[in-house]
Amino acid sequence: MDLHGVREIVRPRSVEALPAWQPGDVMLGGGTYLFSEPQPAARRLIDLAALGLSPARREPAGLRIAATCRLAELASLEVASPAMSLFAPAVHCLWGSFKVHNVATVGGNLCLALPAGPMSALMVALDGLLCLRGPGGALRDLPARDFIVDFLTTRLHPGEMLESILVPNAALARQGVLRQASLTRYGRSAALLIGTIGDGGFSLTITAASKRPLRLDFGTLPSAEQVRHAAADALSPDILHDDIHGAPAWKRDRAIALAGEIAEALRT
Amino acid sequence: MISIVLNGRAVTAPATPGQCLRTFLRAQGCNGVKRGCDAGDCGACTVLVDGAAVQSCVMPAFRAEGHAVTTIEGLAEGGELCPLQQQFIDSGAFQCGYCTPGMILTIAGFDAVQAADPARALKSNICRCTGYAPIADALDGIARCDDRVGIGASTPPPAACGVVSGTVRYAMDAPPDGLLHARLRRSPHASARILHIDRAAALAIDGVRLILTHEDVPHFPYSTGRHENFRDDPEDTLIFDPLIRFAGQRVAAVIADTAAIAEAACAALDITYEVLPALLDPTAVQDEGAPQLHAHAPRNVAARVQGQVGPHATIDEVLAGAAHVVDRTYTTQRLHHASLETHAGIAWLERDAAGEDSLVIRSSTQVPFLTRDTLARMLQMPRERIRVFCDRVGGGFGGKQELIVEDIIALATLRLGRPVALEYTREEAFTGASTRHPMQIRVRMGADAQGRLLGLAMDVLAETGAYGNHAPGVLHHGCNESMIVYNCPSKFVDGVSVYANTPPSGAFRGYGLSQTIFAVESAMDELAIASGIDPWRLREINMIRPGDPMISHHDTPHDVTFGSYGLDQCLVLARDALDRAQTPELGDGDWHLGDGMAIALIDTAPPRGHYAHAAVTLREDGGVDLDVGTAEFGNGSVTTHVQLVATTLGIEPTRIRVRHGDTEAVAHDTGAYGSAGIVIAGLACHRAALALKAEMEAFAADHQLGTDPGAIAARAASRGRTLSGSGYSDGSPRSVAFNVQAFRVAVNRDSGEWRIVASIQAADAGVVLNPMQCRGQIEGGVAQAIGGALMEEVRIDGAGRIANPSFRSYHVPRMADLPRTEVLFADTYDTTGPLGAKSMSESPFNPVAPALANAIARAAGVRPRSLPMRADRIWAAIREQSGEMSR
Repeated sequence: MDLHGVREIVRPRSVEALPAWQPGDVMLGGGTYLFSEPQPAARRLIDLAALGLSPARREPAGLRIAATCRLAELASLEVASPAMSLFAPAVHCLWGSFKVHNVATVGGNLCLALPAGPMSALMVALDGLLCLRGPGGALRDLPARDFIVDFLTTRLHPGEMLESILVPNAALARQGVLRQASLTRYGRSAALLIGTIGDGGFSLTITAASKRPLRLDFGTLPSAEQVRHAAADALSPDILHDDIHGAPAWKRDRAIALAGEIAEALRT
Repeated sequence: MISIVLNGRAVTAPATPGQCLRTFLRAQGCNGVKRGCDAGDCGACTVLVDGAAVQSCVMPAFRAEGHAVTTIEGLAEGGELCPLQQQFIDSGAFQCGYCTPGMILTIAGFDAVQAADPARALKSNICRCTGYAPIADALDGIARCDDRVGIGASTPPPAACGVVSGTVRYAMDAPPDGLLHARLRRSPHASARILHIDRAAALAIDGVRLILTHEDVPHFPYSTGRHENFRDDPEDTLIFDPLIRFAGQRVAAVIADTAAIAEAACAALDITYEVLPALLDPTAVQDEGAPQLHAHAPRNVAARVQGQVGPHATIDEVLAGAAHVVDRTYTTQRLHHASLETHAGIAWLERDAAGEDSLVIRSSTQVPFLTRDTLARMLQMPRERIRVFCDRVGGGFGGKQELIVEDIIALATLRLGRPVALEYTREEAFTGASTRHPMQIRVRMGADAQGRLLGLAMDVLAETGAYGNHAPGVLHHGCNESMIVYNCPSKFVDGVSVYANTPPSGAFRGYGLSQTIFAVESAMDELAIASGIDPWRLREINMIRPGDPMISHHDTPHDVTFGSYGLDQCLVLARDALDRAQTPELGDGDWHLGDGMAIALIDTAPPRGHYAHAAVTLREDGGVDLDVGTAEFGNGSVTTHVQLVATTLGIEPTRIRVRHGDTEAVAHDTGAYGSAGIVIAGLACHRAALALKAEMEAFAADHQLGTDPGAIAARAASRGRTLSGSGYSDGSPRSVAFNVQAFRVAVNRDSGEWRIVASIQAADAGVVLNPMQCRGQIEGGVAQAIGGALMEEVRIDGAGRIANPSFRSYHVPRMADLPRTEVLFADTYDTTGPLGAKSMSESPFNPVAPALANAIARAAGVRPRSLPMRADRIWAAIREQSGEMSR
């Protein structure tokens, strides 16, 4: 929809050209969320696409994915390591279709911090390390698992920008399994879980059913029963997300069941 | 300024910084880029950017700078439809057509991944009309139309080319120059009194032209609900009312140079409310001491229906002597129509040769004539000075049998002398229009040992919300055909529709019957289980048959007859099809199968007066002009009208030019509601064609001509004569149509998830004038009803506000959510309808929810008695029952 309050677009050609932060500034990723609701406070959009960041590139430490990498680009990356086979399935867990994938960005999905955001699940599951750029240009790293603290709430400071996410080599080498539950086929996630196994054991990431991503780590692959118990313990009443996309008790039940399924799937 | 290559042409035009691409493209004249949700959920605005499909409402316009954009207008090359556009016509893959350009462009943007799973790829595309089956057929290259002409031919709609190429006009397309925009300020409170409106800050905004509040408009009590007799609905509504009765009620309108300015000025109005206690619980509004919402309605009763027939004084007496008894209460929820075109209209003035101004309104309405008549009374203008018309309406489903935007734009245009538009946002379509009436329905029934019904009683509590639009009609209709369908010596109805401080309910496909039939048909299934009688057999034992009296709860004479009867055929057709249905492999998990069925009867037209005029004129070129008042919103009425006229006159359908949905077209038309398109307006068209045929035959005989219309037309023209015929239908007598729905579902008892394994609907539509059109109505009705049965629910929060006013939070079925429905037709010839036809537009909706509930009850082992039957609720019910059992 038209954002009537917006007065100006800034299109910085490099991170150095990012404007000084001011009230009313909003970072524009793909815009698929931003333009879907009235934004009465927005006065100036900072167009991150103008930065021209490379969507994804190999570094010695791992795969660096730009915040501005579009979901369609992420899904179509060549699967060069086992965990990359999770990329396309995770993208398809987005509520929006391929038309949204063509525009929406990895960073935008993370920063929105919706419980059902599939990039949250993916980056937490793959030990993503977020590179954040402060308004003065200062950089800091933050593990993806610490980024989202509550429903629609992240650790981003005012004016801070998510620039990229590093998926470390160790995580890329892991085997992963993704499971989703929804009230409707291809619908909004009511529970979205990713399990990975590799050096360091088994990890389980629970999202959508909870207000923020939950990450459970196990030294070795436990039994499905043990995983279900751990998921049940983690999904305490206060962490369950209550919205129209499923009753909290049902979401919890589904998440627990999917946790067991993932453990089974990784055993074989 | 931004520069793009638009459909192969370089375009440079201004765009505001926050503008989305959709608005920019429409400003360039690309009216095929539709606004459906404005939030990236429905896909109506889909375009291709450098060949990639995007939803242009969530794409910033400036991002298109330097790129190639293709809209529906650019898809046809050299004026020839592209193959996909032609396939949409051949498959009948649209009804209202509002979603069609976006649907076609989405498919045009498929790559191999999307083509392999089109249902997933189309999850951000909503078609509310078709149920997607013909769209899937279009993808598969399966045609539904045929080259035959006449009755029984699957002729495409006359507007087909315009729909698939984006050139047909909806309310907001091709606006006049100098257009001003209205926006509405709404109350956040469910119950309040407006103490003061300070408009200084709003008036100070540059570009504000007019502010309308209750201080500025006539005090004119009316109802937004429209019927032939305007007193059928309580006149309890004011244009602006200082008393607020629901959260979302309009408080003021601002008219400004742009929608942005109008919106800013709306926000700048400083309104002081005295907040009052709100009545949100419909079960408490009749309590002693409850505040009264309307002076005319003690105990907040908007409408009541009571009656009984039979030898017994009470249902309890009957049940005491019954072998099998059911006594259960069923609950239905609020539903949103979700027509993809929101309520919208544009008003302007036209000056005639004598220098007198007429008010012209193009709006998205099912009832142009009734809207005109109400405006005439409201504005104290002669009817002749007001024209209301609609070219094509982007979906109705009952939601546009209301006067929602036309009063504001009419008042503003008359004050300002300039064109004024008001287009509802999707959120307003939820919060500021109407929903289906929520109902609580207690059904008591008793049968003897053989399963013969002895008594049937229905107690209904309907919630009309803040205003009574359609409250009496929906309640009466709901308590009528649902009771008539069964023979039973004793029948009792006690129904009430109550006011509450909740958003107004209104007309919705089925008009009360979808709720009550859910209750009665669920109860019949419970009776089948209690008595051990097969549910199909139980219907056969009790259902009405020709010669039986049609009695709901009173024996007042009526004009409904068995024009034809096909319920018996429908039962056999549906049952045999269900027996034949293949059950796929269900895979791992605790899946259980269940079959369910339900039946529905509907009168073929509304009671209490429904009229239509039609006129046909032989043109000089041998073609025919058809004028008919009824609106076309995808129902296909106009398609059948053309067929009726073409068949009667023996000319090609393409030789008929239609003017419809226009108060200038004919003397009167009550409107496109109550499934009246074929049986009333169609009858008028048929009669008009017969009259013209007689004229032509007489003229031909006088002039020694043959039967060739071209020759007759040429001779008539040379003699200065115009041959024409007119037709009229008063909508009486009426007949009955039938629908039988059968489902096989699988329910996973661990998760509560369901899958529809088989869906069959058998319908008695009399003679099927156009199989493609009629099948489309049934597939679409079943699809919409599956949404209402399984997924959809408008929720009201603790403050009385609608909690989920978007397609993101209100799940309208997508292609992936729906099964294929096998559609079967009974073979009957109706003696009241045109050439044997009956209505078939609301009724396919009505048996769906109970048939699903009955199937789920068997598959899940627990019976859902409230809608929607979401997986999480089925799961909770299974849990609750197993918990009870383990205790």
